[in-house]
Amino acid sequence: MKSPVFLERQGYRRRRLQDVARLVPVLGLFLFMVPLLGNQRFGNELAVLLVYFFLAWAFLIVIAALVARALERQAADDRAQEAEE
Amino acid sequence: MISFNLLVGICFSYVIFLFIVAFLAERRAAQGRGGWLRSPLVYTLSLSVYCTAWTFYGAVGYAARSGLEFVTIYLGPTLVLVGWWWFLRKLVRIGQTQRITSIADLISSRYGKSNMLGVMVTLIAVIGTTPYIALQLQSVTLSFTVFAGGEDALWLPRDQKATALWVAAGLALFTVLFGTRNLDANERHHGVVIAIAVEAVVKLVALVAIGVLVVWGVADGPRDMIEKIAESPIAHSQISGSRWVGLTFLSAVAIFTLPRMFQVLVVENADENHLATASWAFPLYLMVMSLFVVPIAVTGLALMPDGSNPDLFVLSIPLSLGQNGLATLAFLGGFSSATSMVIVAAIALSTMVSNHIVMPLFLRWQGASATMSGDVRNLVLRARRISIATVLVLGYAYYSLTGGTEALAAIGLISFTGVAQVLPAVLGGIFWRGATRIGAAAGLLVGFAVWGYTLFLPSFGPGVILSAEIMQNGPFDITWLRPRALFGVDDMDPLVHAIFWSLTLNSFAFFTASLLSFPSPLERLQGAQFVNVFDHTRAAWTWTKGRAEAEDLLMTAQRIMGPEEAQNLFQTAAQEQGKQGYLPEITPMFLETLERELAGSVGAATAHAMVSQIVGRSSVSVEDLMAVADETAQILEYSTQLEIQSEELSRTARQLKDANAKLTELSIQKDAFLSQISHELRTPMTSIRAFSEILMETGGLSEEEQHQYSSIIHQEAIRLTRLLDDLLDLSVLERGTVSLNVQKGNLSQIIDRAVNATSSMGHGADMFISRERSREDIEIHTDTDRLSQVFINLIGNARKYCDARNPILNIHVRQKGERITVDFIDNGSGIPTKSQGIIFEKFSRLSDQAAAGGAGLGLAICREIMANLDGDISYLPGQGGAAFRVTLPLRIPGRSAA
Repeated sequence: MKSPVFLERQGYRRRRLQDVARLVPVLGLFLFMVPLLGNQRFGNELAVLLVYFFLAWAFLIVIAALVARALERQAADDRAQEAEE
Repeated sequence: MISFNLLVGICFSYVIFLFIVAFLAERRAAQGRGGWLRSPLVYTLSLSVYCTAWTFYGAVGYAARSGLEFVTIYLGPTLVLVGWWWFLRKLVRIGQTQRITSIADLISSRYGKSNMLGVMVTLIAVIGTTPYIALQLQSVTLSFTVFAGGEDALWLPRDQKATALWVAAGLALFTVLFGTRNLDANERHHGVVIAIAVEAVVKLVALVAIGVLVVWGVADGPRDMIEKIAESPIAHSQISGSRWVGLTFLSAVAIFTLPRMFQVLVVENADENHLATASWAFPLYLMVMSLFVVPIAVTGLALMPDGSNPDLFVLSIPLSLGQNGLATLAFLGGFSSATSMVIVAAIALSTMVSNHIVMPLFLRWQGASATMSGDVRNLVLRARRISIATVLVLGYAYYSLTGGTEALAAIGLISFTGVAQVLPAVLGGIFWRGATRIGAAAGLLVGFAVWGYTLFLPSFGPGVILSAEIMQNGPFDITWLRPRALFGVDDMDPLVHAIFWSLTLNSFAFFTASLLSFPSPLERLQGAQFVNVFDHTRAAWTWTKGRAEAEDLLMTAQRIMGPEEAQNLFQTAAQEQGKQGYLPEITPMFLETLERELAGSVGAATAHAMVSQIVGRSSVSVEDLMAVADETAQILEYSTQLEIQSEELSRTARQLKDANAKLTELSIQKDAFLSQISHELRTPMTSIRAFSEILMETGGLSEEEQHQYSSIIHQEAIRLTRLLDDLLDLSVLERGTVSLNVQKGNLSQIIDRAVNATSSMGHGADMFISRERSREDIEIHTDTDRLSQVFINLIGNARKYCDARNPILNIHVRQKGERITVDFIDNGSGIPTKSQGIIFEKFSRLSDQAAAGGAGLGLAICREIMANLDGDISYLPGQGGAAFRVTLPLRIPGRSAA
């Protein structure tokens, strides 16, 4: 079955949520690679870097948790809808 | 200080505790009450086998040597986990639908159930994992020495290897007991998984406890800790960008290519939804695990004497602070890390070895006999047990040969790079249908060779396997082939160099060979199923039809899956086909199901070989694939045809409905017509009868009265005759059997005649008739008498019904090509819209006001006449009065003037 090109509002939101899920690792890659910018080697400020990395890490985990929750809720809705049908 | 014996006692108690936990979990699962054993939390915790003793001890050592770099080992997996929607979701779905038992099975199954690839991946996995197992044994023995070190150094050198041996034997026992209970890898090892989850908690708690000790016990809270870090010797250790990227990439790949990680991530996964939770919970676990690594390393560097092994800071810090309880907890944490890794790795490797090496050999040795003899189930289980023991023996051998001198981290990374060689084959297999078996084999071979040459063999040190001469100048003095400077790239970090060249050349070989080779039908089939795993369309059946006996299949299945499960499977299949008993019809679908079930036990390649041995033909051919494609095309065409047909049907149905409505209407009309006609006939008849009775029975009527009465009778008789004439006329016209008297005539003259005929009617004699004679001068060939009859009727109606004070009738004539229209428009109040549709029907009279004149047949007759003259008469709305348009041809086709 080919899926339709245009969707109603709910379906559109759902697709975008999946896009967000795909973008989370890209965000992570960005956060984890930013200290490299402009440096061949880095690590001068270990304490600062440490704080930065753990904050970025925690931020990424929170985002991932929110997205995973939303996706799970969506899947549950789908199942409920299927059960109704 | 804790005595060695006490430590061994604690160790034993802990192991016995794990045995009990595993045993209880198995029992609960067997009783069917193990729902919570399969929760997202347990799944997430089981993923923690990623954190081995290398993490537990080694990460601190790593941080003490090179600062922040250790964190890349956890950033990579974090990225893969939070990106589960891209990749892991697909991998897990494939693992479930294809009943994948190991990473070797995944690759073998994807590339046409090729056992060659299975063997290759198995070998890579064994070679890559053995040093890693050795590493775990080493870390456990090292942790013993830390406790023993201060007290009784005498037993150390002698017993170090003995400790490793005991640990290896204990682990083998545990793994055999709980890892080879059942054959079906997909049935999952509840006991093992729960034990690992418990160990995951232990190591997390232990590491966090040490972290709390150094941050709040040694230092004065986080702020002080940060200052200490800033002042520590590692505060300015530099990380090269290429290592940072390379290690992150490598660890991202390792999270799903390491055999043990594949085992817990894909094979032991019970529910795809658990992945959603693990996607953030496992990164959280990793983050907490690495949160205190740098503080511990910094504290260790400050507290411990120079030259002490930073890999063991986790143990030596609490010991030196006299925190024996914490030290024991840390010891158990490290022990847990090591044991859980070894157990899962041994299970994963033994599955691979038995499915891809032992079983194929057994099948070959069995020869072509159709059914298996002997208990295959036991054979497979025994093969697995022996494999587990062998793996541990290999690990122990590696440990005792290398002497356990190298820093822990180095071995871990070498191992990671080795198993990462399956990456192109896995990614290509999942996302690219063009990936072929040859391509995968070429990639694996090249990647593995480059890894061995640039990283694995040099890791033994110059002069052990590769001579110092080769390391220095390259083989045969070819400098651009130096193991650590391929193609003359000599200022690269050796590890990044090896990662880069092995995976790059691997990918080149994979893509080139894939593009140049042509896949077998089975490969293409499997490729489609893997790549399109989320489409719910079914591809072709692997099996067409065979001459297999259900009984033979049942026998084989029983020997592999166990009698009960095999009989269940067969019975269910038979029931689904509506058959009684245990022997279903051998349909392609059933063969497919059976093969998949068997694959869950012995791997795709072996299961496929077994079924094809019994069925007697090697599944699909190109023709079959083409046939399937044809079938699909036919089905598509068929469905299009059906669509067209159904459209046609609905059209016909609509037409039928219309026709039915018309028929019903006609029937009503007919009834109305009959009742009308009897009414019309009855009225004059009644007056005729009444007056004739008066004439007959009443004597002495005056002459005048007699004359009056008889003239009424006469008039009524005339009216009756006229009515009958009209009816006769109408029926003749309606049947189309009227004979037309076609002659030449001038339209103007015909209208003249009609106007004259109506002027004597008496009604509406004062009506003014406006005409344009110049336009009326048209020669026509038609039945002029009939035409004038129509005109007379229309003009008469206008005279009769026009209710204007000064009635005017406009007669417009227009010629349009071969057709003429004549409009009769008066200035009266016209005909109401709702009645316009019925005025041409029989007996339709809009009012009774001037009913005397006719029976309401006039317009009906007009319509029939015009139809016979190949013309038309219609009501023309919107002209400010009653308006009728008569359309007729100049010449009636097919009839010449008489």
